[in-house]
This record gives sequence, C-alpha cells and structure tokens, in this order.
Amino acid sequence: MTGGSPLGGAARFVGERVPRKEDRRLLTGAGSYVDDISVPGMTHCAFVRSPIAKGQIRSIDVAAARALPGVHAVYIGADLARYPANVTPVYVTPGANEPTVLPLASTDVRYVGDPVAMVIADTRYIAEDAAALVIVDYAVETPVITLDAAIGGAAVHPELSDNLVHHVASPDDPAVDVAFERAAHVVTGRITHQRQAHVPMETRGIVAVPPTGGEMLLYAASQGPHMVARYMDLAFALPDIRFRVISRDVGGAFGLKVQPWREEVAVVAATLLLGRPIKWIEDRLENLTSSCQARDQDCSIRMAFDADAKILALDVDYRNNVGAYGPNSNANSLAMMMMPGPYKVPLYRFKAEAYYSNTVGQAAYRGPWAIESLARETLLEKAARQIGIDPIELRRRNLITAEDQPFSMHSGFVIDRTTTRETMEQSARHLDVAAFRRDQAAARAEGRHLGLGFAVYVEPTTMAFGGVLASDVANVRIEPTGKITATVSTHSQGHGTETTMAQLVADTLGVAIDDVTIKEDDSSSGGFGPGAGGSRQAVSGGGATIRATRKLAEKVRAIAAHAFNASVDSVTIESGVVRVAGVQEMTSSVREIAEIAYYAPDRLPPDMEPGLEERSRYRPPPIVFSNAAHACVVEVDIETGKVAILRWIASEDCGPLINPAVVEGQIAGGVAQGIGGVLFEQISYDPDGNPVAVTFKDYLIPTAHDVPEIEFLHIETASHSEGGFKGVGEGGAIIAPPTLVNAIADALAPFGVDAMALPLSPPRLLRAMMEGGQPR
Amino acid sequence: MSEHAISVTINDRPIRATVEARLTLSDFLRTRANCTGVHVGCEHGVCGACTVTVDGRAVRSCLMLAVQADGCEVGTAEGLAKGERLHPVQQAMREEYGLQCGFCTPGVVMTLASLVDGEGTPDEAALKDALGGHLCRCTGYQGMLKVARRLGAGERP
Repeated sequence: MTGGSPLGGAARFVGERVPRKEDRRLLTGAGSYVDDISVPGMTHCAFVRSPIAKGQIRSIDVAAARALPGVHAVYIGADLARYPANVTPVYVTPGANEPTVLPLASTDVRYVGDPVAMVIADTRYIAEDAAALVIVDYAVETPVITLDAAIGGAAVHPELSDNLVHHVASPDDPAVDVAFERAAHVVTGRITHQRQAHVPMETRGIVAVPPTGGEMLLYAASQGPHMVARYMDLAFALPDIRFRVISRDVGGAFGLKVQPWREEVAVVAATLLLGRPIKWIEDRLENLTSSCQARDQDCSIRMAFDADAKILALDVDYRNNVGAYGPNSNANSLAMMMMPGPYKVPLYRFKAEAYYSNTVGQAAYRGPWAIESLARETLLEKAARQIGIDPIELRRRNLITAEDQPFSMHSGFVIDRTTTRETMEQSARHLDVAAFRRDQAAARAEGRHLGLGFAVYVEPTTMAFGGVLASDVANVRIEPTGKITATVSTHSQGHGTETTMAQLVADTLGVAIDDVTIKEDDSSSGGFGPGAGGSRQAVSGGGATIRATRKLAEKVRAIAAHAFNASVDSVTIESGVVRVAGVQEMTSSVREIAEIAYYAPDRLPPDMEPGLEERSRYRPPPIVFSNAAHACVVEVDIETGKVAILRWIASEDCGPLINPAVVEGQIAGGVAQGIGGVLFEQISYDPDGNPVAVTFKDYLIPTAHDVPEIEFLHIETASHSEGGFKGVGEGGAIIAPPTLVNAIADALAPFGVDAMALPLSPPRLLRAMMEGGQPR
Repeated sequence: MSEHAISVTINDRPIRATVEARLTLSDFLRTRANCTGVHVGCEHGVCGACTVTVDGRAVRSCLMLAVQADGCEVGTAEGLAKGERLHPVQQAMREEYGLQCGFCTPGVVMTLASLVDGEGTPDEAALKDALGGHLCRCTGYQGMLKVARRLGAGERP
C-alpha cells in the first residue's frame, strides 16, 4: 500500500514486524493449553472405540472395567441419554440428508473408532486399563469404505434411504455442450485428492467442571471460546445452566476445533452425570483415527478454448466421501462456486455430490473448497502444454484485470480490488522464467529433471454473509491506570491476534504497544464472535478493534479539550501523551485523562459518561477477496521418484499488512500443509475399513527438510473493509498444491506424465513415468 | 503395579517421588513436577514436542520412563531462561518468528539448546538436521531454519 497507515494517521506499529506478545510465555513453557489445566477432584476419561467399521452392538459388558480400583464410572450411550444433546454442524447445509448424531454409538457402529463407551478414572493410565476390560459383542457387517463403494452401496446410516448426503448442480445449459463441440481445443483432467488429517500438534481436549451457581465451566482446545459456549448451550439446552468456556493457548486447529463434536459433548454429559470434573485429552492414535478428517475427493474437469486460447466453457463433475459423522457433510458448494477462479469463463456447468461411507467423518480443513484451485490450475498448465502456449501467457489471456473489476462470478460473488495478474507477473519476474528455462534445458542435457509450476487464485475471505460469521466485536477500555485492555472476539491458535490486534489499538489510540493487552480467551467477557475460521480475523475482528478504539480516542480528546479549554480538533495523542497543538504547557498523559474519566467526573464535559470504555460490533463486507500467485521449482529424481523443492515464491495481496511476519507465517504454514498434501500425507483404509495410517510414522507431515525457505512478495491493495484488510489464513494451503503439482508435471513432461492421484509419492511417480514411457 | 522411589534434579531443583514403573518421564514431569511446558504430541517418539535434556542430552521424554531418570539431571524449557533474559535459542526463536501456536516450541528449543550448550560448535547443517526430528504444523519451519542459520554461524542473541 502507498500513502501511510491503513488507520489514516502515522503508523508506529501497524505494518511493522513487531515481535509477538505471546512468544515469551510460549518459549519458556509457560503457556496454558487445555492439558495443562488441573482442577481439584479432576478425573480422567478414556473412550472405548469400535474396532470394526460396521456392525450391530449385541451387548456391552462393563462389569470388569467398573470393578477396577480407581475407576469412578463407565458410561454407555444409554447412560448419557439422561442429558440428551443435539450434536449438529455449526455450518448448516440446507437440503443435506443428515443422520442423528449421538455422542456414543448405541445400537450399531459405523466406522473404526466410533466411540461406544467411556471410562472415568483417577488417572488416564487407569482409565485406559479399564477401557481395555470393556467387552463389546458385535455382529459384524460389510462396510462401504471408498467413494465407489458408497455410491449405491449399503446405507451407512440405516435411518436414511441411501448414502447420498447432498448434491448441487448448475442449471443444465445446452450452450455448454455447443461450446465444447465448436471449441478449437478441449482439455480434460481428473484429480483424485486423498483424504487428509488436520493433525494440529495439540490434539483435541476438554476439561469439564460440574456446574456451580448456574454456570458450567469448560476449558477447551477450540478456535473460539464463544463458539463452544454457544454450541454447548444450544446442544444441551439446560434450563438452569449456562456454559462458560476458557480457551487460553491452543496448539493449532486448522478447522478441526471450530466446534465441539461427539467426544467433547460426551465428556460434558459424563461430567453432569458424575458430578466431578473430567479431563479428556485425545491421544495421537485417536486423533488420526477418530478426529474428523478432510478432502477425499474425485474431480473431473474439462475446459473448452478458442483458437486464441481463450476460455469458452468450463464443465466440472465432483464427488466427495464425507465419512460417517462429520460437521462438514456436504457437496462442497463453495468449491463449485469458486471453480472459475479469477478467470473470464463465459459458460460454466457443474455437478457435485457427497456420499457417506463407513469411515470417520469430515470437518472443514484449511481451505475446504481448495479443490477448485487444484483442479483449475493443473488443468490450465495441461492446456498450455496441449495447445502449445506458455502457461503464463495462457493465464494472461484469460485472467480478469483491474479494468474488469468489480467482476461478477457465475456464483454471484463479486471479485473486486484484486491483483491476480499483477502477482503473477511479479512472481514470474522475480523468478526470471527465461533464466530458469535455460537452466532447465542444461539440466536435462545432464539427465536431471527440473520443473517450474505456477498457480494463481482468488480467495474468498471473511465470509460475513450471515450466521455465526456475520460480525465480530471489540470492547476496548483504558483502565484507571492508563493501561489498555481490549477484549476481542478473535481467537488465536497460533494466529498471533494477541499481537496484531494490539498493533491496531496502539496506533489507533496513540499509545505504546506494551501498554495494550488483548483478551480473547474467555466466553464470559466481551461478546459473541466465531473466533478463527473463514480467514477473517484481521478483517472482522480488526475492523471492530479499530472502530472501538477510535471511539475511545475521541473520548480521550474530548476530555482533554474540556480540561484544557481547547478545541477537540487541536488535541492529539501520541506515545501515550495527550497534547494541545501549539501549547506546550497543555500536555497530559493518557493515564491522567483516565484518572479524570474515572475519579473526577465533575471535570468531564457536561452529560459525558464517566469511565473510558467503548465497544464496536463490526459487520465487514460479506466477502473480501484476497489473491496470490505462487511459483515453485522442483527437481525430480527419476531413479527414485523423490521430489526436491528448490525454490518457492509467494506473491500475495491481502491488503495492508498489519504485521508482515504474521502474514508470512500464515502463508508459509499453509504452503507446508499443501506440500504435505501433494507429497506425503495420506489417510487410507484397508478393504475392511481399518485405518492404516495411525501414527506419525505412517501419516507423514512435512519436516524442516521438506519445506524450502519461501521468497515472499507483497502487493497491498486495500479492500472495502475497515482498515482495508483482507484475509490470508487459508490461501497458502489452497494454492500450494497446484503450484507443486504443476512443477512436478513440468519436470516430468518428457515422460508424458499426467499423474493426478495425490499424493505424488515416489512409487506413484515412478509408476507414472513407466506408464508414460521413455523421455521424448 | 510396582512402585519405585526416585530422585531427580529438575531445572537444578532436586525432587524425590514414588512412581509407578510404567509412568513415562513426560507424564512425571507434567503431573508431578509441574513442568507443563513439556508437551505430549504423539507419545511415540516422532513429533519431538516432549523433548527435554537428561544429563545434558536431548531425549524424548515420552519414550523414557520416570524410573530411568533416577539420579539424573533433567532440563526443561521452564529452566532455560536466566530470569528475564531468554536463552539465546529462545531469543533467536522470538526474533525470527520461529513459532505460532507454540505447542512444538519447547521441544524444539530444548533440542537446539542441548546442541548449542553442548560440546563442540554445531554448524547450520547440524542444527537443521536436528530440526528434522521435530514436527511443526504451523510455521512451515521458516523461522526455525533462520534460527539454525544464525546459531550455526555462531550468533548467540
């Protein structure tokens, strides 16, 4: 951005790489994660889980488990029914065919890991001992595991007629068929995206304390304490009890902790039954087998081009496997809406279907709609090869430009103030494509296979259409001591909002950042907001924070003006000092003004309320588009199939940067997860539905040796939001996969490889090379 | 369950306790010694979040039993800073934004500190190799790689 601070005045902290306020406690082991919570009388929970993917429960024998010393209770579904809970998705999908979700399976089990009983004991060790003594007799049935098996297969949920969860389709426009018939070029592709797990380093967890005085206290690993409190209030609908949720430090989430699910609800019900605090901390085995998962998609895509390589039509057929029970059981309408991306696509047709299977359910995972960028951007590179045109030039001919905006997509989303073309050109210049092509040719002459991949996208952020994402709130106060406390409905699971929101407060008010404390960990203070989710905290929480702080600054100036008998316009606040312009003796501190506001109401302007506290609830623009172009260079070892990433360039536009280090951190983390998805990560099941990636030795996430140092480039185009910010939380994970897949395809172009089943593991690449034939 | 009396020095403070043979060192440190900075991320020795030093060497405390630490000096992230002054590894991590959620962080810090404070002077490659034994889901390791470069070049911020 040019022209100073997004806040309008002089910026001291916004735009700077301010060190994070949260880091000191996290570096010294002084963080407070849910497993660090200990309350008097606390007991520990372990779940008994189904070892089969499908079957009827004939009987559950808990006698031996109950008899074990140190065991307080063993509960099955019938026990928890005393506190019935409505386990539902936070984000409702209209028209979805949804089963009743119970905390514990009662009549039958529907995936390996389905919880059937829970043991409460003095220690987790004893709880696990006892869990092993629970005997469940199952009548085993044949499960449906894969997408193909689920379609038309035995119903996962007997109460529903079939496995089709949800389907969406565009109106059938015959013009699409005509376009394909008349096209100069038709390019087709198919992507099968494996199932992935979120795997935050901290698993799920909850500590529930029995209610006292009408309040039930929960400590939870969450993406926002207000969301969890609201969820439990609605789920249990207990007339005399309201939930309070504390969520201090959270060790990553990525969508998994947006809302409580079956186990957390079961722990709350068990706490109500037992009358003692219960802690449940998911272990990694549970996390990889029973926490909700993501992706598992099959996407066929084709595009028609005219003789000038301009897109005429896009046609997409998409299916996904959503498992048994998950809060994200839908046909991914957003992916369909975003599929045309930042391109001029005259005609568009899609069909999308989601199916249940006897596997663990799905939850939103960083960029839940990301398949659109993967399918589209890989197809464009394939089109460039097929048509015989440079992939950058192909995009140049089809991207929407500054002149085209605001640009209305088929979905009705309006893309505005984005710079996809500019980021693409910037990344290409930075990389020096011509020089790379020379290096690539020289390497190939030596038998080495280098490849370059590009990808371009727009990201719909903020998502404040309505529902829980509609708004955020900030309550900002100057304490009588002159220190500032802002309670914001944002929440960090690593996002650094404790720092970025403090930067906004400090600059808007004109104080030192060290004097600002951000509170976002307790549902009993501040007001409702969804926390993290939808790449929105800078936009929505940031907007609320700026507006509330601005009101506060105006009040400080009004009090000072009254005290000094000066005009409000002449009062400035800078570095905590309140001054009347041109009058040196008329100087005060924020603290002195606060003392007047709280302790000397007679010195306030007439009719002004005492105190210094302001709030603002901000409804941001319903959708704020950010954008980026990424480029990466790989070398593929054709003997081993191993991919080495040599360079990675990220050129992005998320509007004015509050803290470049935080923005880059978000992008880098997303890129790493994207790299994991392309090269390593795979949740898979054997034909009986047994999960086969159940430890970190089987489910491989990228290490420090797998992620290159990313070269960041920024373009800062302000959006219409307060402060001009745009979301940036999910983009890296969306755009990294096509970038990397394209680079690998470029490296292996001599083999004619068109391998699009992820992950592109060494054996799979070797097989694809063999099938593709000798280098041409 | 057999019980064993052990004596362990944790961050320079001696602690005596009676523990079950099966109690892991990580659970002992967290629940009996109040070192909740020891984070348990996988309980199978892969993620590295629970890394502490035992007699100066980095170990995964989830793969060691508390009884095996009898008579040993154990160091955790809680004991690394000298008052207000962060350990050079912690300071470098802070300056390079080497953390986001902070869950893997204490383990990373202990591994790097054990190398920096140990015999010899580890270079960037050695430190990066050691980072390969830690899983982080947030940062893409960007800050940690910069930390390895600075510490490997002899910087001690």
